[in-house]
Amino acid sequence: MIAPVALVIAGPGTNRDQDAALALQLAGANPRIVLATELIANPELLKEARLVVVAGGFSYGDALGAGRMLALDLVVGLGDALTDFVSLGRPLIGICNGFQVLTRTNLLPGALGHNAQGRFDCRWVVLEAQPESRCVWTKGIDQPIHCPIAHGEGRYVHPDPVALAANGQVALRYRSTNPNGSVADIAGVCNEAGNVLGLMPHPENHLLPRQHPQQPRRDGADNLGLRIFRNGVAVANEM
Amino acid sequence: MVSRHRLTIRSNDPDPRTAGIAAAANQLGLRLDRPSDVGIADLIFLEGDLDERSLCTLSGFLVDPLLQCGSWDVPSSVGTEVTFLPGVTDGAAATLLHAASTLGLNVTGAATGRRVEFGESVDAVFANTLVRRIVANPVIERWSVGTIEPTFHADGSGSGIAEVIPISGRSLDELVALGHARKLALDPEELLVIQTHYAGLGREPTDVELETLAQTWSEHCAHKTFRAHITTDDGIERASLIEMLRNCTDAIAAPFVKSAFVGNAGIVGFHGDVTIALKAETHNHPSAVEPFGGANTGVGGVIRDVLGIAHKPIAVTNILCFGPPDTPLDRVPDGALHPLRIREGVIDGVADYGNKIGLPTVAGAIVYDPGYTTNPLVFAGCVGSAKGWTLHDGPFPGDRVILLGGRTGRDGIRGATFSSLTMDATTGEVAGASVQIGDPVVEKLLIDVLVGAEDLFTAITDCGAGGLSSAVGEMAENVGADVELDLVPLKYAGLEPWEVWLSEAQERMVIAVAPNTLEAIQARCDYYGVEMADIGCFTGDGILTVRSGGTPVLELTTEFLHDGRPQRRMSAILPSPNRTTATGRTLVDPVDTLLRLLSHPNIASKASTIHRYDHEIMGSTVVRPLVGQMVDGPADGVVLANPIETVGIAIGIGINPWHGLHDAEAMAYSVVDEAIRNIVAVGADPDQVALLDNFSWGDPRRQSTLGELVVAVDGCCAAAYAYGAPFVSGKDSLNNEYTGSDGKRHSVPPTLVITAIGHVPDADRCVTPDLKTAGNVLLLLGSTKPEFAGSHLDLVHGAPERVGVVPAPDPTALARYRRLHLAILSGVVQSCHDVSEGGLAVALAEMCIGGRLGMKVDTLPSDDLATALFSESASRHLVEIAPDHLSMFLADNSGEVTLLGTVTDDMVLSFPALTPIDVQVLVDAFTGVPA
Repeated sequence: MIAPVALVIAGPGTNRDQDAALALQLAGANPRIVLATELIANPELLKEARLVVVAGGFSYGDALGAGRMLALDLVVGLGDALTDFVSLGRPLIGICNGFQVLTRTNLLPGALGHNAQGRFDCRWVVLEAQPESRCVWTKGIDQPIHCPIAHGEGRYVHPDPVALAANGQVALRYRSTNPNGSVADIAGVCNEAGNVLGLMPHPENHLLPRQHPQQPRRDGADNLGLRIFRNGVAVANEM
Repeated sequence: MVSRHRLTIRSNDPDPRTAGIAAAANQLGLRLDRPSDVGIADLIFLEGDLDERSLCTLSGFLVDPLLQCGSWDVPSSVGTEVTFLPGVTDGAAATLLHAASTLGLNVTGAATGRRVEFGESVDAVFANTLVRRIVANPVIERWSVGTIEPTFHADGSGSGIAEVIPISGRSLDELVALGHARKLALDPEELLVIQTHYAGLGREPTDVELETLAQTWSEHCAHKTFRAHITTDDGIERASLIEMLRNCTDAIAAPFVKSAFVGNAGIVGFHGDVTIALKAETHNHPSAVEPFGGANTGVGGVIRDVLGIAHKPIAVTNILCFGPPDTPLDRVPDGALHPLRIREGVIDGVADYGNKIGLPTVAGAIVYDPGYTTNPLVFAGCVGSAKGWTLHDGPFPGDRVILLGGRTGRDGIRGATFSSLTMDATTGEVAGASVQIGDPVVEKLLIDVLVGAEDLFTAITDCGAGGLSSAVGEMAENVGADVELDLVPLKYAGLEPWEVWLSEAQERMVIAVAPNTLEAIQARCDYYGVEMADIGCFTGDGILTVRSGGTPVLELTTEFLHDGRPQRRMSAILPSPNRTTATGRTLVDPVDTLLRLLSHPNIASKASTIHRYDHEIMGSTVVRPLVGQMVDGPADGVVLANPIETVGIAIGIGINPWHGLHDAEAMAYSVVDEAIRNIVAVGADPDQVALLDNFSWGDPRRQSTLGELVVAVDGCCAAAYAYGAPFVSGKDSLNNEYTGSDGKRHSVPPTLVITAIGHVPDADRCVTPDLKTAGNVLLLLGSTKPEFAGSHLDLVHGAPERVGVVPAPDPTALARYRRLHLAILSGVVQSCHDVSEGGLAVALAEMCIGGRLGMKVDTLPSDDLATALFSESASRHLVEIAPDHLSMFLADNSGEVTLLGTVTDDMVLSFPALTPIDVQVLVDAFTGVPA
């Protein structure tokens, strides 16, 4: 089978684009990092892509609020091209800054505010995929995912988290300490169709057992973040 | 019609910054009883032709209703508003302009600020104190009660003409007075050489020339002390300090050294065609006056050093020295910031740059001593990697002088000379212009442009201290260059020629580009959105010519610029440390002592800082600064390995100024040992280690201070020879002194930071210090002697009159490290920890904390309890192995091995004849949970 083309969108200040590209590669996709400006100049790239990642980092240095400026670039620059991609059912994931971007494009519900403790925080967390979620990225993941967070604006805010969960849109919850004050321990949410996932933690930084901080004390092979990307690539292969 | 608008944005939920302000106030003894006594809002200022609808569009973009509320009305409440001083870069304002243009709105000016509001319990005077002490920094910001008017367009009135400074015929006193007035920081002999040089030319220097010479010849850039001719009080004339270090590296002749003491960073190659570049820098003075900006740009600068030797940055390190956190406010001298304020700002500054540029901030240390209260030390390091690297051998005549990255402003003027002067109470005010603000996103884009473009340029260097004057000046050495200042992109108009030439505005690189590859570089810059300017060419005539509007404002031979400086002659009085009379210590309550050591700020957990740094990005961090069952135990070295490689590198740090106060030479040897034993403990090969030295010392013109520096270099070289570990790069920061308003000089203690980088042959076989399995046995490798001078035992209990000796070098260490390394590679070592500050007791406690396991110690390495538990004898490791492997391990490791005892699952640490200690009690002491 030919590996599906996966785009990793980066803006000025995006810095986990290469980490995401490695995750996609190990998950069986053919990743290409593309700058937002290049994509805006050539939206046809989206038509060829079977999977898209909006990668983590500090686009525009988080000036004026995390993700806002890059979201504006994409919304104004791409017009309907991104929503068309999504309506075809193709998998889209926004990680950390990418999640912040997607909430501002209205592809995902809710918003992300400053961490409750007021600081950037980098630590490993435990995530639980919600079995009732309709998210294609987390489907079938029945072991907890271990991976790091690294963000200052990751407090998920939503006016009705119960309704959101009832609608199958809460994809991931923190099962370690809630690191940022997110409502209902929500770490990741999806759109109604389930093909767009946004999450604050970084599954792309747990691709190999060696990357687990408790190695060799625990293997962590069952807790890889790689599984999220494998799910996404599996869906992309069906497209 | 152009009009001004202001948007006030408030958080719907409690803004976490208010709690931060309240906590900072309380830490400083400024009581703010209720967090609700503080309110904070963000301010957006705009100038442009904006109607109601435009404003609505803008607030739709700037205000997220789920998080915030915004208002275009002027607040009616009482408040203080803070904004940047004119000329200070406001990064968010640039994004505002970009947003407005994306939205199709006509905005001509933008600025940001913040508004602080205090409750009724805070009167106006107290409010002003809080703003000055905690909220704002007068070095970069201004504030006013009520509303503030921002500066949209910083501008000045530049003449564009260089001023001629008459020096001919002036007496030495007059020259020295001129030097003081212009803050040139030049020695009298140097001023005379300059005078003679211009007499020979038959003209007077311009301000551009004088400032250029001052920067190029500054201690910061020229390392006059390290290159000086030194006579010691025993009458011996010595090789310069830099020669000693270089000779040492040459004599070791390690095959893995690719480049040492040349260019911006040292380069080693441990494996295949991959090379590793390493560099560490200090940014002490800037961090003293503007902690955030100083540390921020310190990190940015050292990353550019690695980029400036054509390596891709892969990790950042930082070593920070502060005054004690509990220093009473009234003990902080006039004009200095409180250590807590400095610490918070510095850590935020390091975190901000490293996190945003996307590099893991990994190895580091934080130490506290009253000697750092007014002169904090900020060491920032960077590691880079490259494949198939070769040294660029340009520039060649005809190559273009290409400036990349950020625009040039009035920021950071005279930074190099500022760093070379001692500080006093007025430094904060006069140094305003020396402070730079970083923009990590611009530097990230510079990395993107330059990594992978190595074939498109013939030489590269970063714009650091001295700005263009030092970058172009260094590149033009032996070649010559002709540049036009009018072609340098400016942040705002009105800079004088010398300001353009000297500005240390951040995030700039200079490359030499052959005309036929210019287009390709331009295309890369366009793709990544990086500004590029062609400001002149390299000539081949050996003359540096700088023009403003076509008229030369500087014409110097590069020979005079680089080699015209007279070698400084200095004399040193060598210290005579006690090395013979050891003294012991009496313990009253050893368990209490252990707990006090664990909670001493130098030893206690640094987790709250480590979590503020992204140490996970790139997925390459294999051994982290925090390890163990609860990921809260301290690590020795860190290990980085590309996820798709089996080999890695380990980074270790050695620092111990307290030993340095008693015996600078032995200290130097033992911190080299500490850095090496840290990386051996995690799995690095002791035969493939390279070193970086960073000296932060007081004023070397004081003969005793210079004497300590000389013997410290001796100690470094002796250790490097002993371990076969060459120095590949280094940096010294001298004049770390502060003259208080009482006229007294406060010097930092002799501070040497050693960074060791070692090859890790198998990143899957790394070892951490946390105990792994009950029933395993624990061994101590190395010998333990009564060596207490400068020990942490003395820091917590006070030193006796006769302090005795500091830890002496152990000549058997390397052989032992090699055997330990083989054992680690064979997989029998389950945990390993180095023994350092606080001695054996602290190291054992840390292993228990990391593993959440107990330990029953049956045998101690000395009959004297104080020596056994708390001596800081060098070159020791603790290892945990399974009982099955014991006889084999002992057969391979004869000599200095003590079988201490057994790992237990009862969560108790017990020593012979002492009350057993619950591991949770150790955890609480270490993590700062009040007893």
